[in-house]
Parts: sequence; C-alpha cells; structure tokens
Amino acid sequence: MSQLIVKRLSKEFGGVKAVQDVSFTIRGGTVHSVIGPNGAGKTTLFNLITGIYTPSSGSIEFEGTAVTGEPPAELARLGMSRTFQNLQVCMNMSAIENVMVGAHLRMSQNLLASLLHLPGLRRADRACREEAAGLMAFVGVGAYTAAHASQMSYGALKRLEIARALAAKPKMILLDEPAAGLNDTETHEIEALIRKIADSGVTVVLVEHDMKLVMNLSDHILVLDYGKKLAEGTAAEVRANPDVIAAYLGASA
Amino acid sequence: MTAQFLQFLFSGITIGATYALAALGFSIIYNASGVINFAQGEFIMLGGMAAALLTAQGVPLPLAIALAVVVAVVAGLLVEKLAIEPAKNAEVVTLIIITIGASLFIRGLVQVTLGKGTHALPSFSGDKPLELLGATLLPQSLWVLGVMLVIVAALAWFFTRTLQGKAMLATSHNKLAAQLVGINTKAILLVSFGLSAALGALGGILVAPITNTSYDVGIMLGLKGFVAATLGGLGSGAGAIVGGLLLGLVEAMTAGYVSSSYKDAVPFVLILLVLFFMPRGLFGAKITERV
Amino acid sequence: MSIKARGLVVLAVLLAALPLLLTNAYYYDVAIRIAMNAIVVIGLNLLIGYTGQISLGHAGFLGIGAYGSAILTTQFDWPPLLALLAGCAAAGLLAFAIARPVLKLKGHYLAMATLGLGIIIAIVITNETKYTGGPDGLTVPPLTLGSLELVGDRPWYLVVAVLLLIVTWLALNLIDSPAGRALQAIHGSEVAAQVVGVQTTRVKVRIFVVSAVIASLVGSLSAHYIAFVTPGIAGFSHSIELVTMVVVGGMASVFGSIVGAVILTMLPQLLSTFEGWETMIFGAILMATMIFLPKGIVPTLAARFRKDGGKDGEK
Repeated sequence: MSQLIVKRLSKEFGGVKAVQDVSFTIRGGTVHSVIGPNGAGKTTLFNLITGIYTPSSGSIEFEGTAVTGEPPAELARLGMSRTFQNLQVCMNMSAIENVMVGAHLRMSQNLLASLLHLPGLRRADRACREEAAGLMAFVGVGAYTAAHASQMSYGALKRLEIARALAAKPKMILLDEPAAGLNDTETHEIEALIRKIADSGVTVVLVEHDMKLVMNLSDHILVLDYGKKLAEGTAAEVRANPDVIAAYLGASA
Repeated sequence: MTAQFLQFLFSGITIGATYALAALGFSIIYNASGVINFAQGEFIMLGGMAAALLTAQGVPLPLAIALAVVVAVVAGLLVEKLAIEPAKNAEVVTLIIITIGASLFIRGLVQVTLGKGTHALPSFSGDKPLELLGATLLPQSLWVLGVMLVIVAALAWFFTRTLQGKAMLATSHNKLAAQLVGINTKAILLVSFGLSAALGALGGILVAPITNTSYDVGIMLGLKGFVAATLGGLGSGAGAIVGGLLLGLVEAMTAGYVSSSYKDAVPFVLILLVLFFMPRGLFGAKITERV
Repeated sequence: MSIKARGLVVLAVLLAALPLLLTNAYYYDVAIRIAMNAIVVIGLNLLIGYTGQISLGHAGFLGIGAYGSAILTTQFDWPPLLALLAGCAAAGLLAFAIARPVLKLKGHYLAMATLGLGIIIAIVITNETKYTGGPDGLTVPPLTLGSLELVGDRPWYLVVAVLLLIVTWLALNLIDSPAGRALQAIHGSEVAAQVVGVQTTRVKVRIFVVSAVIASLVGSLSAHYIAFVTPGIAGFSHSIELVTMVVVGGMASVFGSIVGAVILTMLPQLLSTFEGWETMIFGAILMATMIFLPKGIVPTLAARFRKDGGKDGEK
C-alpha cells in the first residue's frame, strides 16, 4: 500500500525553482532512495515532506492523511522521523538525553507530574532511558551511553541522530545523507545499520550520494535533476536509464 | 497650526538624524558579525562628552570634534579587540551579553572619571534661531542634517566603489566565502566596530549642543538607535536611515501632540508593533534557513 | 543519592544553618534579598539557559508584581495575597500576549520585545504618579494572611528560604523530565526538537509565562518585605542585573542561578558607596565571565570535576 503520496510538488524560493512538479509514491516497508547531482533539490524535497518548508504548490499525503503544509511536529505525530544533512544534534545535552528526546511524543507532558516528579513519571523516564540505551547499542554507539554529546565524534553523532529518529518508533524514517563525511568502513557499517532498520519494518527514505550504498539497499530509486523528476525505478532500471547516465551517474557505481 | 507642526517636524528630523547614525552603526556591526552591539550607545555618549570636555579646556571646536571621534573609535576598537575577539566563536547570545558588559564598563568609567554632571557643547554656528515658515529652526539642526547627508553619501560611495567597502559587504553576506577569497574577516570586524563608533560619536557630537550630554545619555540613545535599526530592518543601511528619521519624527509628534512624558515610550511601543506585524522591518531581507 | 538530591540537601542544610551567621538585621536583609533574587533567577534561567531565549526586560514583571501589590493594597484595600495573585495573573497574561506573536519568529526577537516591554512598564510606573507615586514611590503595608502579619527578619527569612527550597526542587524536577528535555532540545537545535514532535513555539511561550509569573511573585513579596516600592525595580538596569546573575552563576544550571544571585547581590552591598565603580565592575564581570567562563561558574566547575566523561552531573 502507498504510505506516502506526493503529487505535483513544487517549491520556489524567490525566482529559484528548487523543486518542480515532482510526483511519486512510496510503498510502506520499502527502502526508497532519492538521488541526483548537487543542487537537484533532494534536501528541499525532504524538507517539504517533513514539514520544514511549505510547498508553493502540490500535495502530500502520508498514511492516508493530507499533510500538505503541516508543521514538522504534526508529521512526527503521524509517524515520520528524520535525520539532517547538517547534523542537528543538541550539543547541550548528554548523548542518551538526545535519544530520549526522540521519544518525546510517547512520553507524558503533564506539567504537574513533571514538577513534582511523581512516581509514574519517574518509572516512565527510567524505562525511556533503558530504551534509549538499547537504541544506542542498536546503532552502534553503545559505548557512549554515559557520554555527553559534545564528547562524541562526527561519525558517532551521525548514528546518534539515527538513534533519536528511531526512538519515536516511526513508521517512516528519512535519512538525509547518512554516509556523508564517513570513510569506507564507516559507510559499510551505516549500510548494515540501514538494512537492519529496513528489516524491522520501518520504511526508509534515503538521500545519498554514495552510489554503491544506494544500489545495494534500494528497492526503488527516484532521480532528481534541477528540481524535476528525471527517472524512477529499481536499481537496475535506473542504472540503465540513458538520461540518468547522461546527467549524473557517469563513471561512478 | 502649521508652524507648530513644522516645529515638531524640525526637532523630529534633528534627533532622528542622530538615531539614524546610531542605527547605521548597529547595522554595520550586525552585518559583520550577527552581533547586536549594545555598547553603541556609549560610543554616542563618548563623542559628545569628549567634545564637550575638550572645548571646555579651550580646544578649538573642529579639533575637539575630530579628537572626540578618535576617542570613540579607539573605544570601539578596544571593545572589539579585548572583548569580542577573545570570545572567538561564542554563541550570539554570549556576544550580545559581552557588549552589554562593555557598555556598563564604559559608562561606569566615564561616571567615575568625569562625574554625573551635564556638559554643554557650543553650537557649531551660533545659537541664533532661523525663521522658516513660521517655525524656528536652530542652525545646529541644519548641521545635523547636513552632516548626516554627507556621511550617508560617503558611506554609499565607500561600500559600492572601494575595495574595502565591498569586502565588508562580502563578509556580511557570507563570512566563510569571504575568508576563502582572502578577505581578512577579522580585520573587517575590527573596522566595523571602529566605523560604527565613529558614526555614533558623530551623532552624539552633532546633537550635544541641542540636548546637552552626560554620562548616561548613551543608554536611551543607544536603545533608540537599536529600535530605529530594527524598524528599518537590521542590516539594511537604507533601513537604518529611514528608521532613524521615522523614529525621530514619531517621537517628536507624540511629544508635541499627545504627551511629552510618554515621549520616551514611543520607540519601544514602535518596536513591539514592528515585531508583531513586520518583524523584518521596512527593508529587511527575507532569509530562509537551510537545514 | 543522586547529585540532584545531594544538592538539595546541601541547600537545605545551608539555609537552616545560615541564621547562625546572621548576627544583625543588616545581614538578615542581605540574605533575604539574595534568596528573593535567587528565586527570580531560577525562573529566568529556565528561559535563558535551558530554552535559549533571552529576556532583557524581566524586571518589568517584578515591577508589575511589586506595584500591583502596592497599589491594590493601599488604594483599593485588597487583601495582600489576592493582590499578589492578581499581579501574577497580570504578569502572566502580559507575557503571553507578548510572547505568542514574537516567539513564532526565529532569532533574538524576544530580546527586543522584552527590552521594549520592560522599558515601557518602567516609564508607565514613573509617569502615572496618581497611582504609583511616580519617582517617589509608594509605601506598602505588610503581608497578611487573615490575622497573621508577616513582619520581621526571622519570619521573612523562613518564608523565602522555604520558597527557595521549593522552587529549586520544582525546577530540578522539571529539567529531569520529558518536558525539561524538550526545553533543552529547543536550545540545542530547534528544528531537531520540532521533528521529534515538540511544539516549540508553545513550549517557549509557556516557559516565558512561567518565568514572568515567578518574577511577579517575588516582586510582590519584596514590596511587602521592604514596605516600599520605587520605579527602579522595573528598570532596564535591574533587568540587566538579573541577566548577569544568570550568566555568571551558570546558564542552564539551577544551583548556578543561586550562586549568581549570591555573588551579584552581595557585590553592590560591598560597593555601596562607589556607584560608578559598581557599574564598571558589573560590566567587567559580565565581559570576563562570558569570555573565559561562557557557561558560567557552576557548569564550568562541574565540567572540571567530571573525570570519567560522564554526563553533565547536576543541572
């Protein structure tokens, strides 16, 4: 079934048409990649889907609900999670608290309970902390459960963000260039992690430049160029598409 | 009726010109570093106070003015060198608080060394008021306006025609890119502070003959200059000038027609209105944050 | 025992033992003022340190509480506690009205708005002489609850010490809860907070209102304690003093707020005859702290003692 339906989505910044008339659907439980040269509009597309930008025109439907123009918090409520190309980790908090924040919507926001630290809240908090530690181990940064975010390396922080996104128990997770800035070994590890996430049933949407990773993981690929949809299909189909080769793939993969 | 209106108009534009110069100072520093320099008001005060004291000691007026500007510029450079630069890549909040600290320090220093009294600066070309369409205009007001126009023209030329000016503009648009093409952004920040201090000081000097000066004029003048800059759009030169003049006018009209004791509240009511309805100000740029 | 609990116990012990050192009325006065400032600063720190928003007009809310209590009790014969509550409600409503439109915007617009608001409040207080007594101020009757009157050093000390303990406990609880983490996340990365579902504008507004109400509460109390109010309580200088206490003691640190209040309430007392020097030293402290100890005294010390690289101990 279609989890995300994007119809004729467009976004303009002044005179710049960052995304033009893009339509596609994503089926639940798949790994779906968005690729394209730099400036093709991939991150803009992500920001549109996750509610950070409001579309100039077009519509987005997630899990059967129209979400065009809804704010990010609303999309989180519906089960969407994401990471950022430019790391958006809270460096003023500890590693585990960063992950715990990911579970925000599943925790009680009752002010009175928070102020008085009622037993129910304390129990829930402890459970949340354990869960967060488990997630940190799942993504491979279990060694940092007692650390502060400011003490972690770039690669570790990238994974921490993924742990935070998973803490929400999302239906769909959007990863914006998870392998950016990572060396070969780290990239392999990220690939394995993404496979683990996909295997757990969460829909994975990926923006990536690393073609090997994209080809290995993706069930479906969307190619953007100059804000427009250039092609889409399976890895094999996209690889063989002459337009794509001409615009982008060239010598890599 | 019209005479009264003109009277308020003249006094409004006069004080508005000082606000405009202060606002320009705010915008220049904001452009160079994203910092709101709360010490700007003290540069205004230093200009007026230094000039007043020097003339009281017998220094001829033109020399006193030049020296006073130098004093303020030195203060500006010191603030940047000793307070801003050491903070390196601190959060903007931290930098703003540092400038608040600098303003307290400067004001306290002046209070301790020169006392709390008011000082007068002689008018540049005498006190005999001119008669214009039934209203009286102080010659000093013409000086204020005239000098402001000259400064604006000079700045416009500087920023669009000289390499240094363009380098400053480049830094304000994208610091990293500017560094990459070899622009010394540290020096730019230093120059920004110096320039803003000079502008502020000139504003303070120009208006001192009309309003007198003392150790604490900086607070209100600085805050109002900041409001003017925000009104026009933080970072916009044209906005700073329009904002300053507009603020002066509204203030004078309020003092004249509504209530003079609430005159000082005007800028702050205006800033609340701007923030509610037009947060980017009249000429501010629309910015989208890239995530 | 957790660090949080240890800290509270230490605070309680200190507060209980302090009267042994307070040998005269003057010392009691300083201690009471310190405690009152500490309460305001804890509230302000929730806004500045934890949520990352800056208020440059917080003294205005103190003024609302103080003058609200003063005017309602002397000119309209309201019971003091009712006047206190009215002040809190007024401050809260005003904070809400200002914050809602402004906190939707990014950046430091709240700083500008609070700057404007604080100064407007101070000007209104100074000008509306008929009600406020203008620059000369107003006398304020003692705080009464039924037939009980709160007068004298020891009773006041007891009241503010207990209040400080309670507020500290509440603040520490809040920080260590999902709501508290949401606050800090907003400071760390507002967009990250949004994508995990935090309604950032709403949270920012709420915290601003809470800190305003706390300030108003303390304003009312100080009006009854000092038995007098003057417009200076709402002034820009006072707002800056409060911000200084936050940043010097430690942004995002409840105990830091207390330390900041202690240092910067005692400082003017030590320099009481040197006005200009006081301003200079305040300015120098502000600059030096921000340059060398940007996190403030308590968090910097806490980081020094953190040997195992564990999480930020006490907050």
